[in-house]
Amino acid sequence: MLVGRVWPSRPTLDSSFTDFDQIRREMLRLLDTFAGDSVATRGAGVFPPVNITQDADHFYVRAEVPGIKPDQLVLSAVRNQVSLAGEREIAREQERVSYHRRERAAGSFNRTVTLPSEIDTQRIDASYADGILTLKLPKAEETKPRQITVRT
Amino acid sequence: MAKEARTDIQKTEKAGVPAVPEQTRPGTVYSPFVDIFENDDAITVVAEMPGVKPEDFDIDVRDRVLTLTGRATLPDRSKEWDVLREYDSGTFFRQFTLSETIDQSKIDARLADGVLRLELPKVEKARPRKITVRSQ
Repeated sequence: MLVGRVWPSRPTLDSSFTDFDQIRREMLRLLDTFAGDSVATRGAGVFPPVNITQDADHFYVRAEVPGIKPDQLVLSAVRNQVSLAGEREIAREQERVSYHRRERAAGSFNRTVTLPSEIDTQRIDASYADGILTLKLPKAEETKPRQITVRT
Repeated sequence: MAKEARTDIQKTEKAGVPAVPEQTRPGTVYSPFVDIFENDDAITVVAEMPGVKPEDFDIDVRDRVLTLTGRATLPDRSKEWDVLREYDSGTFFRQFTLSETIDQSKIDARLADGVLRLELPKVEKARPRKITVRSQ
């Protein structure tokens, strides 16, 4: 489900690539702003766009999925991978309407993201609010760093 | 697979916009994706604005210009660090010039799953008048 971008970069978990991709987007946006172009050049990305963060005990996966009801989302997790799948339907409007703009896309999606370490798939918490899906994924106990005390 | 061909969502990146009125809030301004359609009675605007709570919308019609503003609530990430970052959040802003006169008192806005639906009923047009010529 990865769609080619204008710039041949794909989001990866490798931090240098992620930084690079972010710089690229910032640059594009700046250029568009200077050019006074109100609609920036649109590079096709992936759907849904996903942000992943972590703290000491959890990974957090946040995805923008506007217009998709929570029960239309299919989430699954195995070892260190999380999959988001679903379908967005845009209901047909009644007859005799004329469209001025049609920018929203309908269709299905299926995305799998790989996390840097394994997660405890039994204790995943998923919540949804205002078009944003948030997954809280506890890191597996055996992958957490263990504090080692030095004997004196 | 003999299944019918599925259309996959072709995602486009959020587009940044230069703020038309000078911006006083920090952060980036994004242009939401919209569908706009019209029938005899009303103009309907459907805008994707994920992360915006109902109370953070500002919808305004003035001089036939419709302004949509929505401030996305950012999650508290002070104790987290990034692993992968594909989208940024900020303020959504977009303006449209409307072709028909809109009845401002009857504008209806509904929010569901991060998608705002705005119904803008057209004003009852002045009835066609028939002019009779009087003869003297």
